[in-house]
Amino acid sequence: MIRFEQVSKTYDGQQRAALRDVSLEVEKGEFAFLVGASGSGKSTFLRLILREHRATRGRVFVAGRELNRLPSWRVPSLRRDIGTVFQDFRLLPGKTVHENVAFAMQVIGRSRKDINAKVPETLELVGLEGKGKRMPEELSGGEQQRVAVARAVVNGPKILIADEPTGNLDPATSVGIMKLLDRINRSGTTVLMATHDSTIVDQMRKRVIELDEGRVVRDQSKGVYGYQ
Amino acid sequence: MRYRHILSETWSGLRRNLTMTLAVIVTMWVSLTLFGAGLLAYQQVGLMKGRWYDKVEISVFLCGTVSPASETCTGGQDATDAQKQVIEQTLRSNPEVAQVYFESKQEAFAEFQRAYADSPLLDTLTTEDMQESFRIKLVNPEEYEGVVGQVAGLPGVQAVQDLREYLDPLFSWMNLIQVGTVTASGLLLLAAALQIGNTIRLTAFARRREIGIMRLVGASNLYIMLPFLFEAVISAALGILLACGTLAAGVYFIIIQKAQVSLKAFEWIGWPHAGLAMVGVAVVGLALAIIPTLITTRKYLRV
Repeated sequence: MIRFEQVSKTYDGQQRAALRDVSLEVEKGEFAFLVGASGSGKSTFLRLILREHRATRGRVFVAGRELNRLPSWRVPSLRRDIGTVFQDFRLLPGKTVHENVAFAMQVIGRSRKDINAKVPETLELVGLEGKGKRMPEELSGGEQQRVAVARAVVNGPKILIADEPTGNLDPATSVGIMKLLDRINRSGTTVLMATHDSTIVDQMRKRVIELDEGRVVRDQSKGVYGYQ
Repeated sequence: MRYRHILSETWSGLRRNLTMTLAVIVTMWVSLTLFGAGLLAYQQVGLMKGRWYDKVEISVFLCGTVSPASETCTGGQDATDAQKQVIEQTLRSNPEVAQVYFESKQEAFAEFQRAYADSPLLDTLTTEDMQESFRIKLVNPEEYEGVVGQVAGLPGVQAVQDLREYLDPLFSWMNLIQVGTVTASGLLLLAAALQIGNTIRLTAFARRREIGIMRLVGASNLYIMLPFLFEAVISAALGILLACGTLAAGVYFIIIQKAQVSLKAFEWIGWPHAGLAMVGVAVVGLALAIIPTLITTRKYLRV
């Protein structure tokens, strides 16, 4: 589903490479953690998948597309195959929970009928049934992140990318979010999650990819956060 | 659904930037009116130049049935063929003369009919009342005196006229109007384009969260851009309508009601010319809304 072939990325005007010669593959339906210190290249890795940047060298394949050769006008179609969740939720403050999730469907031209059927169903999936009329500010952090997850999966993406999704949440709430991501993964969605949260990584026992100064220093199935 | 969303975004954008939108509309209005006025002045000059202005410097009018008796004309009689031949020979043998055209009575009448289409004068005159003429192009337009002196006294010549002598002061005014309006409108149109660019920058900033999410979930670039484009086109359309209204009022009150009535000797622009100017105004106005929008949205909404 995601394949990196000897990928390097150096940002314009920088000497040091953000990613160096990274080769790896994440299979369809897999759940993988991306760990490493700040500046280790996690964000660059995710940005290359979303085609926010292009690799300087090497090839990146996502959901059957070779991203270096993907013309910009095809980028939206790539992004429809990927759901994204961030540490800071990124909800629209002026819209209700329902409208926030519906927005993701509206802007890619889905019909009103589809939206009215799909949004309540997705809110129920993330455990927010009956809260569609609330405003984001009335919700707890954990609930807001659930709205963000609902928005990320409402269009049925093949891949879910989560960048520190529990970074702003307390441990108990984080567990709830992880259970939700696990459930989404079990339904067939490939999940790639960048995190600093060692407790979660240790508990989940999933594949762990560790980056350090832009290199893959560890790629372990059923791994833990640190070395054992 | 799709279009409802785009339209509601457009509407909220127009409302949010109401003062900027009004500024764009007013600037467009004034600048396009000036631009249209420039186009009208240009067409007016073209009409006044008529058939000969750009081709000849000197017109030699021959004696005709309407000519009074004088040193060179027998009153009430056309110049004879022999006289015409002498005149033509004289002209053609002068090295300063580049080209000689002969205008017959029929041609002169056709021109007269065109110029005085609505005038009662037309009913009282016939082809026979027209004058024949030689129209002369000079090698160097400045060196007209020699040629004028040579033919002015020949029998059969009623008058030698330098068309430019009395049209040029008028045209220098018209040119000033043209250059002035077009320059002023160019500057204002530049201001309008920058204002549109600025409005888009502000709107893009105000809507950066929405735009970020739209990009993230894979909304097409066109979809993201359309509200901005509609916003600019609506402002421009209002500016264009106001400018066309002002031009129409100008043509009606100044040209049709005043100039055409009091200065009948000239051919004046009318509604067809005004229509052409309005088309020009609309094309330029829309281009000035669409092009800056495409450039700025590319810059601020890049994937």
